[in-house]
Amino acid sequence: MSDELSHLNDLYEEVILDHCKNPRNFKALPEANRKAEGYNPLCGDKVTVYLKLKDEVVQDISFEGIGCAISTAAASLMTETLKGKNLTEVETLFRGFRDLVTGKGGEASQMGKLAVFHGVSEFPVRVKCATLVWHTLQAALKQTQEPATTE
Amino acid sequence: MKTDQQIAPPDSSPRADLEFDVEKVREDFPILKQKIYGKPLVYLDNAATAQKPQVVIDTIRHYYMTDNANIHRGVHGLSQRATEAYEQARVKVQRFIHAAESREIIFVRSATEAINLVAQTYGRRHVQAGDEVIVSAMEHHSNIVPWQMLCEEKGATLRVIPMNDDGELLLDEFEKLLNPRTRLVAAVHISNALGTINPIQEIIERAHQKDIPVLVDGAQAAPHFEVDVQALDCDFYAVTGHKLYGPTGVGILYGKADLLDSMPPYQGGGEMIRSVTFEKTTYNVLPNKFEAGTPNIVGGIGMGTAVDYVSEIGWKNIAAQEKDLLLYATQQLSSISGLRIIGTAKEKASILSFVIEGVHAHDVGTILDQEGIAVRTGHHCAQPVMDRFQIPATARASFAFYNTRGEIDVLVQGIQRVIEVFK
Repeated sequence: MSDELSHLNDLYEEVILDHCKNPRNFKALPEANRKAEGYNPLCGDKVTVYLKLKDEVVQDISFEGIGCAISTAAASLMTETLKGKNLTEVETLFRGFRDLVTGKGGEASQMGKLAVFHGVSEFPVRVKCATLVWHTLQAALKQTQEPATTE
Repeated sequence: MKTDQQIAPPDSSPRADLEFDVEKVREDFPILKQKIYGKPLVYLDNAATAQKPQVVIDTIRHYYMTDNANIHRGVHGLSQRATEAYEQARVKVQRFIHAAESREIIFVRSATEAINLVAQTYGRRHVQAGDEVIVSAMEHHSNIVPWQMLCEEKGATLRVIPMNDDGELLLDEFEKLLNPRTRLVAAVHISNALGTINPIQEIIERAHQKDIPVLVDGAQAAPHFEVDVQALDCDFYAVTGHKLYGPTGVGILYGKADLLDSMPPYQGGGEMIRSVTFEKTTYNVLPNKFEAGTPNIVGGIGMGTAVDYVSEIGWKNIAAQEKDLLLYATQQLSSISGLRIIGTAKEKASILSFVIEGVHAHDVGTILDQEGIAVRTGHHCAQPVMDRFQIPATARASFAFYNTRGEIDVLVQGIQRVIEVFK
């Protein structure tokens, strides 16, 4: 297989395609006590993250929005991963994820299912697709009024 | 690579019914010879920016190696040479769009700046509270935002000519929008997102019947067919250099001389003045009145070379080649199941926007890129168009006369690959 095809397969892993086609936790969360909107002005991707936080633990989390396969799968896998995690664990995963997709040596073995995003680092223009929902999560945690943006 | 039976056999052979040899023309564009990820570059992003022929590259190099000086002020030989080249370029562009006089050609940095110039000078003088400005539903942001800013400042209203599902403007609705408060119509000649060629002559005639001036955004039109501003009788026409095979950072505003004369200056500074004292400044005559500061001299000269090059290729050849590419691509892409073409107007330029069911345009763009194919993906700076068709984004292939049927076959194979990945 040629290099570029293998890069492409790394980017569009089965798990990513599955989460793109069947996103998990793709709904509004009426009982959410945190919420933020994220927007990537370059490509028009929009995402809303809903969060139910109690005693610094993510009790429930969901998202809505439109975007590419990478951004949809990133949101879906993020919500799946973060349920039940406390804020310290969330922060560690956020940093780990950011390092992983930017090729700064994030430890894939520590990332669980999120490790499937390692291929993104080969596609610098797609990094923002993967991180948009995580930035939005940060905004929700800080309860920033302004929509999160990748810029 | 596995392919589908829908793919037509490659056909890049020179076609007998065309007068020009596309392979020979491609030799003029050094950038096209390269490979991307080991695959021949298939450049189908011409509506974003066109590639530059060797003569334009040579012009820029020559200017900096032999003629570089500031213009319009030095008595020395170099300055005279630079001034002459710059003013010759103005005349070339004047002839290219058939303006009556060269002073009607104002060099600016882009079509965007041309539109902003009109909004900030003509617009600020003539548009007042309660007035209206009309744009169309398929404008690029550059022909929406300057008018929005103006309307907001003045308390005026922006009206929008609607379009149908094919991406054609509804002229009867346009007629209804025209009223005594309408101060200007600003409409795009060719839509960058849909490829629609608008009936701009009719729009101008209908507006003129009510004495309303018309600005035409010709950024996409000027590369595809002969623009005759006098025949159109448009009041303003905006052109950018880089989509016209010239350098980036340069464009022109055409305006009728009497209108330009009556307008206040755009920016203040050197070049645009006749005399300056601390009490009063008198302004220079056209075109210098609108060209404050040292301009993009080499850009203007390069644009002059570019329009000469386009004229040499010939409108007949350009039209024949681009029409063939559009028809062939439309036919090939239409046969792909799950693909929908956005923009199906009867009159179209060689711009093809499409969406693939279940696949976001950015994923299309990334996978095509891996095949060496450059297309634009996103909202094309025309978010209202995306909203109108209820889609977040499209992929857009836009063809120049140097593209081939063989490249369209590669595009079709690339799209099959996209569908394979997402099946």
